[in-house]
Amino acid sequence: MSLPNNFDIVIEPNKRRSNFWKDLWNYRGLFYFLSWRDILVRYKQTAIGILWSVIRPLATMVVFTIIFGKVAHLPSDGIPYILIVSAGMLPWQFFANAFSEASNSLIANSSMLSKVYFPRIIVPISSVMVSFIDLLISFVIMAVLLAWYHFIPSINLIFLPLFIALAVFVTIGLSLLISALNVKYRDFRYIVPFIVQFGLYISPVGFKSSVIPEKLRLLYSLNPMVGVIDGFRWCILGSTIEFNRLGFCISILVSILIFIIGFYYFRKMERTFADII
Amino acid sequence: MAVVIRVENLTKKYILRHEGSNSYEALREVIAGSFQKVVKKEIQRPSKEEFLALNNVSFELNQGERVGIIGRNGAGKSTLLKVLSRITEPSSGRVSMKGRIASLLEVGTGFHPELTGRENIFLNGSILGMAKREIQLKFDEIVAFAEVEQFLDTPVKRYSSGMYVRLAFAVAAHLEPEILIVDEVLAVGDAEFQKKCLGKMQDVSSSGRTILFVSHNMAAIQNLCDKAIYLKKGEVQTIGKSEEVIATYLKSTAEVQNINLADRKDRSGNGAIRFQSVELLDDSGHTVQSLQCGKKAVIRIHFERNQNVVINNLHVAIGIDNDFGQRITQMNNEVTNQIFNNVQSNSFDLVIDVLPLKNGIYSFVLYSTMNNEIADWIQNAGTFHVESGDFYHTGKLPPEGQGSVLIRYSFNLK
Repeated sequence: MSLPNNFDIVIEPNKRRSNFWKDLWNYRGLFYFLSWRDILVRYKQTAIGILWSVIRPLATMVVFTIIFGKVAHLPSDGIPYILIVSAGMLPWQFFANAFSEASNSLIANSSMLSKVYFPRIIVPISSVMVSFIDLLISFVIMAVLLAWYHFIPSINLIFLPLFIALAVFVTIGLSLLISALNVKYRDFRYIVPFIVQFGLYISPVGFKSSVIPEKLRLLYSLNPMVGVIDGFRWCILGSTIEFNRLGFCISILVSILIFIIGFYYFRKMERTFADII
Repeated sequence: MAVVIRVENLTKKYILRHEGSNSYEALREVIAGSFQKVVKKEIQRPSKEEFLALNNVSFELNQGERVGIIGRNGAGKSTLLKVLSRITEPSSGRVSMKGRIASLLEVGTGFHPELTGRENIFLNGSILGMAKREIQLKFDEIVAFAEVEQFLDTPVKRYSSGMYVRLAFAVAAHLEPEILIVDEVLAVGDAEFQKKCLGKMQDVSSSGRTILFVSHNMAAIQNLCDKAIYLKKGEVQTIGKSEEVIATYLKSTAEVQNINLADRKDRSGNGAIRFQSVELLDDSGHTVQSLQCGKKAVIRIHFERNQNVVINNLHVAIGIDNDFGQRITQMNNEVTNQIFNNVQSNSFDLVIDVLPLKNGIYSFVLYSTMNNEIADWIQNAGTFHVESGDFYHTGKLPPEGQGSVLIRYSFNLK
């Protein structure tokens, strides 16, 4: 009675979903709505709402300027030290917030994962997008600071979108990996804050990477945020900031590697999320 | 008619770990595990047990069919729906489906209490797979169906539970998928709304869409579905016309006599007490397999106490449902001023002086709270059988099919 059917959904164990990209496209609205929800909720629940996005990075900037610029007397080459810190802070704050939120995002949305089908990858990525909004707000603070110090950014600024893209790319790669691991091993809830805190000091946020001894520089570039932060500074503060091309290439390669590992591990694990979460 | 769902030898295996109740692993265990391998020392591993939630399930459904899935708790109904909705993967076997699928396994998944009704419609719609344009087009229809016009800009945390459920169902009902999968969602909401939902599902199916519907409410299944699948311990017991399958199911549930609750996982509460088993006793105190109408009946409930807390202010309640899942009555020790304090024993009796239930199969819910916090709560805790009896002491039985409750009364000519 039934004619040969062409079924468009076939569910089998361990089958790579052939329609992954098609599904992602069909659910593209969800990227937007999940980020929109997180932003709405954040500002509805807090008393001074959006101001938090300004106060937090500003406070850290002031502290870092005092510690690294005034107390440690690290070199600034004539640029106000707060500008060096804030240019490094931009990508770092974005990474730290996005990575912390995204790593926990699957667990935070566990009821959704166990009750509805949708491409799971949307959850960590949309929480990275929420932090991207904060990054845009931070750019406004940066602009105000530049104006205050009468500092005119160089032509290098046109390369900034490239480095922003790299920052997003690194963050998503690492977030995919850790968020998937976090579903299975809840220990990562404790590891993530540690990575973020540790990373703040080993990344060139409060200082320029030129203070790192020459022979350690390439090793230092294995941290993908080094390339991103140096790039941001170079774009915003101009060519007086040394930009290590080889180091930057290493950072890019590491970023790509992290992304590939993160993406494939996530895809491998996502089919078991609903069972173990 | 075209086949839209083909399920072949579907099996879903879960590994039950007896140590700890968490399904996720701690790194510690993984590290310790690999360390054990290195030193080759056989330390007793936590015992693992395989559990087949679905065992070799096969069936085919045609376009436009309305199919009810029935079975006891733990029979695999929800697992089947989860596999079909692509939430979890099968361990073996294959499912082939045609068309857009929407599943409603829980009412209001993804609803955020802080967001307004309007915002939640968009959020929930997109989680269920609707595009923004689609939601905008159906927005007015959804609002009208949910009857929440005045509260659109109120956060849903201020909604009554009825409004909340109506809104959630309304969004899902307007998905217009080719295949609609619905789990026990009508258990919530009032009778009026249940009727509306069933009506909506009927509309959905009359336009050529296929519906899979899980419910404990046999009346709803009978009303809505033309076909039913009876699952038992993960296997398909019967597939066929819904009336026939329901009859088979009801007959088989009556055979379960020993109501053991110790292994039930589908319970909620803080565990101050945990219901362990239920015993039926007759008027002379003997354990019986069924109760008799018109006689004294004792339902003895055994429970386990959390030894670390003093059990005070313990409320217990038993809800009785008929075989169509409709609540007949609820009995509790609060309304009778018999709240349990300083509990030292491990069982209590519910004594019904004269059992006013007609012959049939009844299921019950056990519920308890301590200091207003839920201690233990088991839905569909079990079933019991009531035999006909001489309720009116006249040797006559009341007519069949005229309700299930008997009342003591008399007629007097004035």
